[in-house]
Amino acid sequence: MFFGTAFAVTGHASAEEVIVGLVTKTEVNPFFVKMRQAAEAEAKAKGVKLIARAGKFDGDNEGQVTAIEDLISAGAKGILVTPNNSTGMLGIIKKARDAGVLVIALDTATDPADAVDATFATDNFEAGVQQGAYARKALGDKKPVLAMLDGTPGGTVDTFRHNGYLKGFGLAEGDPAIAGSAITNGAQDKGQVGMENLLSKNSEINAVYTINEPAAAGGYAALKSFGKEADVMLTSIDGGCAGVRDVKAGKIAATVMQFPYKMAAMGVDAVVDYAASGKKPSGFVNTGSFLITDKPVEGIDSKDTEWGLKNCWGD
Amino acid sequence: MNSPSALSFGRTSSIAKKVIGTPSVGPLLVLLVFGVIFSLTNPRFLATQNLSIILQQTVIIGTLAIGQTLIILTAGIDLAVGAICVLGTILAGKLANSGYDPIAAMALAVLACSAAGVAAGSLISGLRLPPFIVTLGILGIITAALRLISAGGAFSVTDEFLGWTGNTIRLNGFIVTYGVIIMLLLYGMVWFLLNQTQWGRHVYAVGNNPEAARLVGIPVGRLLLSVYVLAAFIYGIAAWLALGRIPNADPNALQTANLDSITAVVIGGTSLFGGRGGLIGTLIGALIVGVLRNGLTLAGIDPLWQDLITGILVIVAVALDQLTRGRR
Repeated sequence: MFFGTAFAVTGHASAEEVIVGLVTKTEVNPFFVKMRQAAEAEAKAKGVKLIARAGKFDGDNEGQVTAIEDLISAGAKGILVTPNNSTGMLGIIKKARDAGVLVIALDTATDPADAVDATFATDNFEAGVQQGAYARKALGDKKPVLAMLDGTPGGTVDTFRHNGYLKGFGLAEGDPAIAGSAITNGAQDKGQVGMENLLSKNSEINAVYTINEPAAAGGYAALKSFGKEADVMLTSIDGGCAGVRDVKAGKIAATVMQFPYKMAAMGVDAVVDYAASGKKPSGFVNTGSFLITDKPVEGIDSKDTEWGLKNCWGD
Repeated sequence: MNSPSALSFGRTSSIAKKVIGTPSVGPLLVLLVFGVIFSLTNPRFLATQNLSIILQQTVIIGTLAIGQTLIILTAGIDLAVGAICVLGTILAGKLANSGYDPIAAMALAVLACSAAGVAAGSLISGLRLPPFIVTLGILGIITAALRLISAGGAFSVTDEFLGWTGNTIRLNGFIVTYGVIIMLLLYGMVWFLLNQTQWGRHVYAVGNNPEAARLVGIPVGRLLLSVYVLAAFIYGIAAWLALGRIPNADPNALQTANLDSITAVVIGGTSLFGGRGGLIGTLIGALIVGVLRNGLTLAGIDPLWQDLITGILVIVAVALDQLTRGRR
């Protein structure tokens, strides 16, 4: 059979070979694609074998549990996981740890956080605060009329960013300044539809929160079709290179960069370390976030898009 | 197995042809081939622990595929499988978390799932609406209802009874969950219904030719209703099994269960045009998908191969069905 060669190349895993498992949320989200590539590169550099798996869609807990089970069977020394929701993986993570596997949550924390050995992630609440604080300052004296392009309802990261933004902006949930919100699942097409509907509802909107840069790109397309792109301030989170280019082009006023390469590489290193010395990392390790904008405001630390393009993830 | 397709080869009564004509033989061979390949590429594949894991991984889709098989045998299709099952997990979880007796909570959840089957079956048999459209509509309604009920969020289900199906027992060194046993029992019971009762013969007859079935006095409408209700009841049981596997109710879960269950049914040799196939094939079909994913992971091969090979298998299975059908 034609895929026979693929098996032959891989062959038997030798007993001493260190296997690092990576289980991301989905196969298609570019953030996780990049995270996977970074883990692969780091694994290659350290001479260990990476097996990467993913759920099929946001919310595919079963797919992630299955992947972790398979990785335990494969003899993984450590597993890096970005859980689809903060409680869905608890059972299988416990099983893995009981079997002596080091488990590190990347990007998204579990609830309780100490269900895993350690968490390497962006502090998403803090990233939201940075976005909201910038938006409030940049709006100046204008009375805010805010639209929110949210991710997936109930998602851990989504909730942190949303709440962080409101805190940074100085608004309470339900404040009349919030003109409305839309669910985008972090996707550009849904971001566009959501923004179109919100603009139809309220033409006074002058600030837009977005869960990530694809949703922001969709939001911008809608603003443009309404002829509002110059009057409305769009901000975002992610730090993907396409997003930073959108900041440079003036489509997005500011974005908050996170560092998936760092999460993945640190995760692989931690497993390699554990295999060699038995030493486990612990607690929440903030991999950092940084505001990127070419229109800085007073009192808020930021870097320009030149720095952003050097440090962004993706292509 | 005494399926109608085996009988269609009746005139050329050599045993060999009968065996080839039995729809579950092809899938069984495929399963064995994959088993051999994977045991050669990684010795861990055949470890009893790994084999029992594969069985556990098959529980949800394998159980949902029982209902899907019944419906496809009547030449129908169910696109609301996953949504109905998630409805069961959310309702049982919500009720139990808010202090209901967990057994009552689970029973109410299974009842609610069955009610969805009553709705689907009534519309299909009463108004003669196409199953594709009816179940597509129900998928939309339930998905929206789930997000409204749970405000979009996932939550933990900690009740012991609801998670009971995930407990393990040891059978000759083989560790299985109660979920696996319940799934296999369900296969046995529904197999009996399909192959040893008049009801089962009627299911095949309606799937083969509903008009002819009507003419010989089979109450087609009532039969279709019973099939959709039984299927939805089984999805409700699957919800219990799902909570045993992952004690977490998530309105976004099981989005691919519709296509996954149809895949298991089709790879298992049941005809999408109705009237041919059976449950043993479906169980093997579900196992093939599980074995593929597990084996490729153990070998460290990109999971995209799984989708590619599964896609080929689906087309081959339908092509075989079409070819053997042409020979009748």
